[in-house]
Amino acid sequence: MQLSELWFLLIGVLFVGFMFLQGFDFGVGMSTRFLAKNDLDRRMLNQTIGPTWAANEVWLVTALGAMFAAFPHWYATLLSGYYMLVSVLLLALIARGVAFEFREKVESERWVKTWDWSIFLGSILPPFLLGMLFTGLIHGLPIDADMNMYAGFLDIVNVYTVVGGLTFVALSYLHGLTFISLKTTGELRERARKEALKWYVMTGMMTLLFTILTTVHTEVFSTKGSILIPMYILAGILYGVLFLQLRNRKEGFSFTITGIILILITASFFIGLFPNVMISSLGAAQNILIYDAASGSYSLRVMTIVAATMLPVVLGYTFWTYYVFRKRVSKKEHLDY
Amino acid sequence: MDALLLARIQFASTTLFHFIFVPLSIGLALLIAIMQTMYVFKKQEVYLKMTKFWSIFFLINFAIGVVTGIFQEFQFGMNWSTYSRFVGDIFGAPLAFEALLAFFLESTFIGLWVFGRNKLPEKVHLACIWLVSIGTMLSAFWIMAANSFMHNPVGYVLQNGRAEMNDFLAVLTNEKLWVAFPHTVFGSFATGAFFIIGVSAWYIYRKRDVDLFKRSINIALLVGFISGFGLAFTGHSQATYLMHAQPMKMAAAEGLWEDSGDPAAWTVVTNIDVENKTSTNRIDIPYLLSYLAYGKFEGKVEGMNTLQEKYVLKFGDGSYIPPVKTTFWSFRIMAGTGGLLILLSAIGLFLSYRKKLEESSAYLKLMVPAIFLPFIGNSFGWIMSEIGRQPWVVNGLMKTADAVSPNVSAGKVLFSLITFSTIYFILGAIMVFLFVRVIKQGPHEKVKEDVSTSDPFETGEIPHAAK
Repeated sequence: MQLSELWFLLIGVLFVGFMFLQGFDFGVGMSTRFLAKNDLDRRMLNQTIGPTWAANEVWLVTALGAMFAAFPHWYATLLSGYYMLVSVLLLALIARGVAFEFREKVESERWVKTWDWSIFLGSILPPFLLGMLFTGLIHGLPIDADMNMYAGFLDIVNVYTVVGGLTFVALSYLHGLTFISLKTTGELRERARKEALKWYVMTGMMTLLFTILTTVHTEVFSTKGSILIPMYILAGILYGVLFLQLRNRKEGFSFTITGIILILITASFFIGLFPNVMISSLGAAQNILIYDAASGSYSLRVMTIVAATMLPVVLGYTFWTYYVFRKRVSKKEHLDY
Repeated sequence: MDALLLARIQFASTTLFHFIFVPLSIGLALLIAIMQTMYVFKKQEVYLKMTKFWSIFFLINFAIGVVTGIFQEFQFGMNWSTYSRFVGDIFGAPLAFEALLAFFLESTFIGLWVFGRNKLPEKVHLACIWLVSIGTMLSAFWIMAANSFMHNPVGYVLQNGRAEMNDFLAVLTNEKLWVAFPHTVFGSFATGAFFIIGVSAWYIYRKRDVDLFKRSINIALLVGFISGFGLAFTGHSQATYLMHAQPMKMAAAEGLWEDSGDPAAWTVVTNIDVENKTSTNRIDIPYLLSYLAYGKFEGKVEGMNTLQEKYVLKFGDGSYIPPVKTTFWSFRIMAGTGGLLILLSAIGLFLSYRKKLEESSAYLKLMVPAIFLPFIGNSFGWIMSEIGRQPWVVNGLMKTADAVSPNVSAGKVLFSLITFSTIYFILGAIMVFLFVRVIKQGPHEKVKEDVSTSDPFETGEIPHAAK
């Protein structure tokens, strides 16, 4: 394996990790509107992700930083091409990022409501927009010979990408609900489980629709079928098992399954892309290959050494944090939010 | 307006706005870590109360600093894709390291620090805030490493149409990095210190919680004074660095068109006429420029006209002179605020040592608006540094005009400029509102409504857990 391929893998892992971790943060954020009944519910929900959501967001920032460093052309083409989508994504992340901190600062209903809306919109828009972006990536985008993308509105927003976006929203919500039933106590815990069962069929249908559209609109299943088809079959089987786990109140298993499904789906985009970082809809000659987009071998070596040294440390204290906050959030404990 | 101008306005405005919060976070993190350390070792309640009070400001500020920083990570690719393609190899690496080494550290341990107060042993909890503080400084280090490449490109080779890294050690030991990084960090410490000094002065003047705020102000005065000297010292190294690495910026900062005499005098103020390339009515301090530039009282400094001729020979036709007035005045405003920081913190330390701080109402009142001094200094320092580098985005390698995204229309940039400015303006207003509110409330923890009473389904005794 070449270093550039290793870095493609690593960036894929960062995005996958982001969707797994921030996926339940987004889901919890959505549930503050769909699941919560009162202010205490919302505070408890916020508390479940309070200590860790900010660090989870760093996965995205790191993915972008690594993309800039390892694949300058990928970073430049993607962000300038997806200008408006990325702008809205960032505005949503900004709105959510301050909301958790601001929400408890003033005891006025209007104030709290404002930030509740920020949390909700900031949690539902990013998975939708990222889902659209990922879907667009494997579908192909109008990229010219100078690696510049001149995308019109319909290149970015169309039935396929919207379904991709909604799939990510639905899966994140489900993942958030299984996280809540794992991290709370009492009535809320039970309500989250029931809500997950309620959305089970819808989410399944949406994901299935996305899979069908992917076979229609892209070539990933014909070119990468030997890897992707088993992955999607596995995801389907797990989704079936999820129903039983939810029914039998196996909260740990349920959360693990929704997590694995998100991981499989997100990973499938990067497998579909390989060996390209961007697929051009104007002809395969204008696809941007990993090797063409990559930095020089010297920088990749330096970055590999730094990442190999530091990633275990980062993962170590990340796990430790989840260990420290392993207990369920209950009404009886002090809520920081 | 064209996309280039709009993209430049956006970069300047988002970066300057971001850099209101960043230095305050870096400074407050250190000061709060010091305060909590004093609590852990001295076991006096007042230090705990102090830590908690200042951390309210820190956390609000940190949140805004983080969200305004996210845009920075994306902005290069969005507005400056040609630049990103050209330098990603060497400029992107420090950004990736910043995320990996600093952002994870900060965000993880701030979560542990805020939510882990009752879950972690005291000293582990203390270690968390120190790791946050270290994280903020590491973040500054890596972003300065990237920025230094734009001023003084080293450790690269031009191939495949771009600047590729060939010497990581050179990037880490870039001379610009080691004059600019400490300068920025001292500026940040001063920002945190003057914030605490100003707010404490207001309370002492109002005779509220005098013990707590006298202790706070003493810690902050000391940090402010040391930082002031650090700023002056590292500022001097910056000037020495500029002389050989970016002489055009130095000449512009002096409004110096023709070569100076030997020894060179430092101009306090002058009337700059950019059209006729002259500066008239100079008020000079003899010898001082030679000292700034070379650390001795001799040596002449090249003027902009001489440098322009040299650069035309080297880089081809075009103007290589940055906006002179902006560079000149930004430098003076920055240096002026720096001088005031040293003076004001020295007076404060003296008053405190003589135990006269409480009666010195004039000084206390003065220190409230003095909160803004470091912010002004920070902003104009950056304006001088980045405007003074123009027309280059990477000094000597790429011009700013050639760096923008070719596929992004002016309309798109205008959209994001307007939306981001609006949301930034709202964030700034909220921060001011919340800060004023917290200051009015004071360091007494308000007893939060018992969580059990807000829940209609819950009955029975549920004690509100102690903080």
